[in-house]
Amino acid sequence: MSKQKLVVIGNGMAGIRAVEELLKLAPDKYEITVFGSEPHPNYNRILLSPVLAGEQTLQEIVLNDWDWYRDNGITLNTGVTIAKIDRVKRNVIDSNGNATPYDRMLIATGSNPFILPIEGANLPGVIAYRDIADTETMIAATQQYSNAVVIGGGLLGLEAANGLKLRGMNVTVVHVMPWLMERQLDRVAGGLLQQSLEAKGIQFAIGAQTQELVRGESGRVAAVRFKDGTSIAAELVVMAVGIRPNTALAEAAGLHCNRGLVVSDTMQTYDPKIYAVGECVSHRGIAYGLVAPLFEQAKVVANHLAEYGIGRYQGSVTSTKLKVTGVDLFSAGDFTGGEGCEEITLSDPVGGVYKKLVIKNEKLIGGVLVGDTADGAWYFKLLKEGRLITDIREHLMFGESSLGDTGHQGQSSAAAMADSAEVCGCNGVTKGTIVRAIKERGLFTLDEVRKCTKASGSCGSCTGLVEQLLASTIGGAYSAESKADKPICGCTDRTHAQVRQAIRDHKLLSVPAAQNFLEWRTPNGCASCRPAINYYCMSTWPKEAEDDPQSRYINERAHANIQKDGTFSVIPRMWGGETNASELRRIADVVDKFKVPTVKVTGGQRIDLLGIKKEDLPAVWKDLDMPSGHAYAKALRTVKTCVGSDWCRFGTQNSTQMGKDLERALWRMYAPAKVKLAVSGCPRNCAESGIKDVGIIGVDSGWELYVAGNGGIKTEVAEFFVKVKTAAEVLEYSGAFLQLYREEGWYLERTVHYVKRVGLDYAKKKVVEDAANRKALWERLQFALDGEPDPWKEFAKAKVDTRQFIPIIPIYPGAGVPA
Amino acid sequence: MSAGDVVWKEVCALADLPALGARQWHAGDTPIAIFRNAIDEVFAVLDRCPHKGGPLSQGIVFGDRVACPLHNWSINLRSGCADAPDEGCTTAFPTRVIDGVVSVGVPGA
Repeated sequence: MSKQKLVVIGNGMAGIRAVEELLKLAPDKYEITVFGSEPHPNYNRILLSPVLAGEQTLQEIVLNDWDWYRDNGITLNTGVTIAKIDRVKRNVIDSNGNATPYDRMLIATGSNPFILPIEGANLPGVIAYRDIADTETMIAATQQYSNAVVIGGGLLGLEAANGLKLRGMNVTVVHVMPWLMERQLDRVAGGLLQQSLEAKGIQFAIGAQTQELVRGESGRVAAVRFKDGTSIAAELVVMAVGIRPNTALAEAAGLHCNRGLVVSDTMQTYDPKIYAVGECVSHRGIAYGLVAPLFEQAKVVANHLAEYGIGRYQGSVTSTKLKVTGVDLFSAGDFTGGEGCEEITLSDPVGGVYKKLVIKNEKLIGGVLVGDTADGAWYFKLLKEGRLITDIREHLMFGESSLGDTGHQGQSSAAAMADSAEVCGCNGVTKGTIVRAIKERGLFTLDEVRKCTKASGSCGSCTGLVEQLLASTIGGAYSAESKADKPICGCTDRTHAQVRQAIRDHKLLSVPAAQNFLEWRTPNGCASCRPAINYYCMSTWPKEAEDDPQSRYINERAHANIQKDGTFSVIPRMWGGETNASELRRIADVVDKFKVPTVKVTGGQRIDLLGIKKEDLPAVWKDLDMPSGHAYAKALRTVKTCVGSDWCRFGTQNSTQMGKDLERALWRMYAPAKVKLAVSGCPRNCAESGIKDVGIIGVDSGWELYVAGNGGIKTEVAEFFVKVKTAAEVLEYSGAFLQLYREEGWYLERTVHYVKRVGLDYAKKKVVEDAANRKALWERLQFALDGEPDPWKEFAKAKVDTRQFIPIIPIYPGAGVPA
Repeated sequence: MSAGDVVWKEVCALADLPALGARQWHAGDTPIAIFRNAIDEVFAVLDRCPHKGGPLSQGIVFGDRVACPLHNWSINLRSGCADAPDEGCTTAFPTRVIDGVVSVGVPGA
């Protein structure tokens, strides 16, 4: 079958991003022809400001070089515009008069700068700020002339002013509105911004109305005259008063336009053969001028061009960051407030810091940051996720770092780090390496940085830092993608939430059934999605779903913990951390018999036997004759206890017995991630209940339950959940909370992250306040755990493939040792 | 390795290998991981990840790849080489399945 023909009109960031996404999905589907009016390959328009400022070169901002087009078999026509789209003949006529036929078309013509209709607007020396040619004109002007006026105090105008100032010109910004960037900032923030730009030597004429541009003797512009009769000398005038979607071609072709080329949620125009993306588009009445939404659109349009047909674009929340070195500014969402909104502000005019957060219905809906924007990415994430902020409200203004002060999940301000500082401790990636990769290779997303540099690709604890680096390097082009929007892995476009939902709604009982139903792109998934799907099936349909050991990580297949040399560690279960002479004797005998090189007491009050060969595992388990500790699994690990009222002179409750009861009730419980419990017998809390998934503290009048603590990568103190009177209640409330997490948590999401995502109040509502739901959850957990096998003893029932413990011994003649 | 240098060793039955799984063959001092994927293709590679020597036989198998159990490098079982951005190769050995019997080609004398 011959390829279909795709014509792309527009060689900018949106159009080419869409082509890139399309090539990822369906590399051979189309014969692609691209038309671009500029004589350049696709470059990063956002970085024109750093080029103007002399911080980067034009070469550095090219995103796709000529080779890229050639390597992907794309015909690129630069310096060529399209004169006409013939929708009947299905071809386009270009400015050279050539006709190019299409089966599908993608329009990505971007926008045009708006030129004020005033006298002198067409004089030499008057330009807009839009492309490489404009930037080159400006740079050339700085070498010949000394006075520049920028009309328009928005993002683009201020960046232009900054660049011209840095290149030595006298610059005045003329802004007709009462303060700068009035669409992104409130009055206070706008004033602060003006102050910091004035400190850089830029002058302002705020509220001034431009009357005309005055022609000089040479024929070039010489001054800007205002309505009040005053004027300023200017041999260069940059108009940055806004953009208009470039729809002339589409309108001439009879496509429906209304302040932009109108598209549906699938980015289709009124002609089903023609799609559109980018600044030329009007989606649900909005034309976006920032790059992050355009990339989201590109993803959707690629999906439909590839005929996958599942993506929908539903609009974007946008954020803005000014790319003027030394001026920190961030704005997102609805920052003006109004009816039903609350505002939290922090204002330090002398220190140049101003922060305003706007809250509505207990959710963050907008914010402005000036002077200190380190938490911009975090606020933006909260905003996009629409998360309830009730539980973090009092800390909200002080940023993400105020929520926990150890570890390194992004709270060390990335901007303040030295280039040589290590960001990713797992893979040894420095800040300099990451920033260079972002700039040189044109990276926009966390995933791309992970792929190119490996940073944050292992334990993920530096994800926040990497996101900060992305935000500070590419500014508004970066859109923090929350896990909620992200596909599970490259095998699908479905998110964790969508996969969980489908498995529940359609009773999908196995990994292949789910992958088949959800149209997985790969034949059998990958090492990321298979374990997740297997867990979702098992936890949603206990006793019915089919466990697939080959979709489990080796530890859960071999029921021991793999070590760096390929040997395994074995940790038998010791209920509540209590043991006895007989168990210790058996452990000692195993150590002798199997020559176990290391015996170590764990943090969870158990004994770890390290360095055991895989072949020996079944014999070790048999000799130990103790239950599996599941110390290798995404499952209940230990219940740590103190000695409690039996022995301790301070003990108020029998914490050891409580711990043992909990462990017996919950062991063999698989979960999205590992689960650790602790029970302390008094508020001295010797069992460290404050950093456990469920931590219990005995007090004189009963038990306090804390949830969602974590002592790992980032220390998170558990939050108070409920106080109960009896041991039976401790079991029911703990079990119900864990079952809620098992049913709703995403794979590898610890309780702390789950609770952060859904909010503590939600968990309380489901477990503490709703008694019927609590009992139902607790019953479902008991049903799931009832009769579950001990994988160290019941191999067949636990689906342990015992062949794995026996190396292949060739039984056929001729087998032997390679030379 | 050209075909002429290979000595074929019959090692096991196809049924001895779990689908989407692997087993280890200690060929003298050489640990070789023998894989079977979902469509019954059989692969053999030196059981050492080019990264830190992890036992690839213990990884999750998908398509014609295995994910190393230590640090999740993705290794192409046909070539033995890591997928980008990682770099490095382990030795891949030719395999064949005749009448349900798996043979691995090892360097001859």
